[in-house]
Amino acid sequence: MLSANITKKLPGISIEVSFDFDRGILVIFGPSGSGKTTILNCIAGLRQPDKGHISLDGRVFYSSADHISTPARSRRIGYVFQDYALFPHLTVKDNIMYGIPSRCKKGKDYRIGTLDVLNMLKITHLQDRYPAQLSGGEKQRTALARALMVEPDILLLDEPLSALDHGNRKALQGELRELQRIWRIPFVLVTHSRKEMHALADEIIFLDKGKKGTHVFPDMRRAGLDLANLSESSPTYAVSGFTV
Amino acid sequence: MFDPVILSLKVALAAVCIDFVAGMAIARTMARKEFMGKNVLESLIILPMVLPPTVLGYGLLILLGKRGLIGGFLLEHFDFQLIFTWSAAVIASAVVSFPLMYQSAKAAFAGVDISLEQAARTLGARELKIFLTITLPLAWPGILAGLVLSFARALGEFGATLMVAGNIPGKTQTIPLAIYFAVETGDTEAARNLVLVITALSFAAVFWLNWWCRTKVQTWKKGGTEHAQCEHH
Repeated sequence: MLSANITKKLPGISIEVSFDFDRGILVIFGPSGSGKTTILNCIAGLRQPDKGHISLDGRVFYSSADHISTPARSRRIGYVFQDYALFPHLTVKDNIMYGIPSRCKKGKDYRIGTLDVLNMLKITHLQDRYPAQLSGGEKQRTALARALMVEPDILLLDEPLSALDHGNRKALQGELRELQRIWRIPFVLVTHSRKEMHALADEIIFLDKGKKGTHVFPDMRRAGLDLANLSESSPTYAVSGFTV
Repeated sequence: MFDPVILSLKVALAAVCIDFVAGMAIARTMARKEFMGKNVLESLIILPMVLPPTVLGYGLLILLGKRGLIGGFLLEHFDFQLIFTWSAAVIASAVVSFPLMYQSAKAAFAGVDISLEQAARTLGARELKIFLTITLPLAWPGILAGLVLSFARALGEFGATLMVAGNIPGKTQTIPLAIYFAVETGDTEAARNLVLVITALSFAAVFWLNWWCRTKVQTWKKGGTEHAQCEHH
């Protein structure tokens, strides 16, 4: 279970969010500049909250009270960056294998085969290409494969579909759900697109500038909460009272 | 004729080695970290590029001389005289050419997208691995430019070298010094030959750098297809 209670002040904005999340896809939804990526970075260990607590399956990543901050490299978190952050000087295959410890590469005793992941994401034929030779969708799949190869306990995705055209976006939405089902680890996905949120979310955190993030649970969705009518400018209003 | 050429190459290579090690550490720190007094420190690092070489030579003479801070210490404790040796020529060349190495390396490090280093961190990489496998290869074209430029500058160093290393044939007489004193003594043939040698060496270094950047770097920047096209052109 991912448990987070984060307070972070940025120039002109204060982020405050608190949630527990166990399985499926959690979508963090909010307008640009509401601090969505900062929350992902805090979970990944790339930024530090001002105070709070972050833990995953009982492993404490961050605790301001106990002065704990686990470095990013030890958190076993997969992270798909918004601009993919593929290493431009490495081929697709080398990008994907970057996170595998060299002793595992030599001993070939790694649990997941590189080829399996390449096949699953349909990029086997691209393995010798460089990122500059890939389309947006191919880059996205490569970034996903690279993040999954390290067998993370959770996958963070920052606006994973925003740079794609309509066709690719639809296809990858389906694939993301399928990947989550196969991998059986929680996905935390950041988006400002209402359509993406509807297509992918099992649970949702609504963020608005200067307000506390609001958590919408699956039972609330099933109970007929009209998410479509949530206004982007006042997303917390429609679910007031359910703040975690 | 060959003594100054070999000595010059030795001095320039040794100076570039010093520039490389110091440049990597300082440029990497300056490109990523903010601290008090950074602007002052950066100005001091660049200063050798804008100061007349004789001023640097004078400063080095004070530091490395028999009664200088470093020179006096070495002489007293290790019975080693630094001044008027090829080591002094190396130090003079390294100091004069360092700003070129530093400027190129700093720009190269600053140009490496920070999210790539962060991505490597989330993939479990330690800082040394990130530096060696991500930062350094991506900054390499800029660093290499710095290496070549500082090598060429070290090869041509005259003023500071003359002041701290003197003009001892076979010991501290590098190509620029040999050219100057050949002209002084009317040996125009020796001067002409040495001018041709140093021009050819400098040209070869810069030409090789341009060729390397055009071919090798394009491989991953534009991809294999464009690379092939680039080579055809």
